[in-house]
Amino acid sequence: MKINLKYFASVREALGKDGEIVSTLATTVAALRAELIAKGEPYASTLANTRVRAAVNHAMVADEVAIDEGDELAFFPPVTGG
Amino acid sequence: MIHIAVQTADIDLNAEYAALRGLSAQVGGIATFLGVMRDINDVGGDTAQVNTLTLEHYPGMTESSLQAIAQQASKRFNLQAVRVVHRVGTFSPSDAIVWVGVAASHRQAAFDGCAYVMDYLKTEAPFWKKEVTPQGSRWVDARDSDTAAQQRWQL
Repeated sequence: MKINLKYFASVREALGKDGEIVSTLATTVAALRAELIAKGEPYASTLANTRVRAAVNHAMVADEVAIDEGDELAFFPPVTGG
Repeated sequence: MIHIAVQTADIDLNAEYAALRGLSAQVGGIATFLGVMRDINDVGGDTAQVNTLTLEHYPGMTESSLQAIAQQASKRFNLQAVRVVHRVGTFSPSDAIVWVGVAASHRQAAFDGCAYVMDYLKTEAPFWKKEVTPQGSRWVDARDSDTAAQQRWQL
């Protein structure tokens, strides 16, 4: 299935892109994160950082949450607004 | 009544305040907070001059996150209105960054509601700050004190 990935702030800079569409068999955020980490650098050191948060379809989620075809999955550092 | 805005333009404080002031005769208290950019970052004993600050966000998620926070605050403190305006873009010291205004029947609900919205905004709304100092640019680290401020509402 296809997942629409988005990257923000320091994650975007480290990966050198603001997003990409990936085809995957991963069914959870954790599994897709592991798949990306397995691709090596720059994914490995960036996404292995447990402080990097995930959001699925605009809702902040824990890594064990399920993902489905067409979902938008974002990875970003802890937020610092306000 | 909830109003959320994410914008590059400056915050029209008079218009925001007037929107709360003109609500209804049931309103007994209005509390507002204005967050302003400082020219120094003194986190963790590492004091640095800050020349400019750039704020980015996650369009779409930002608005839904702020809406959810405002709804939680409205329900918990029985607020008649919550207005949140957050700016994005590049800023200089003393520029306004964020404004929160709430209207309630009594003062404690207004004070608490305003603080609640800011504490959750700081820890959940997808904004990120990058500051430019004389030593170069760097992403601002999240603060444990902000997480602690949010967690006090979970007691």
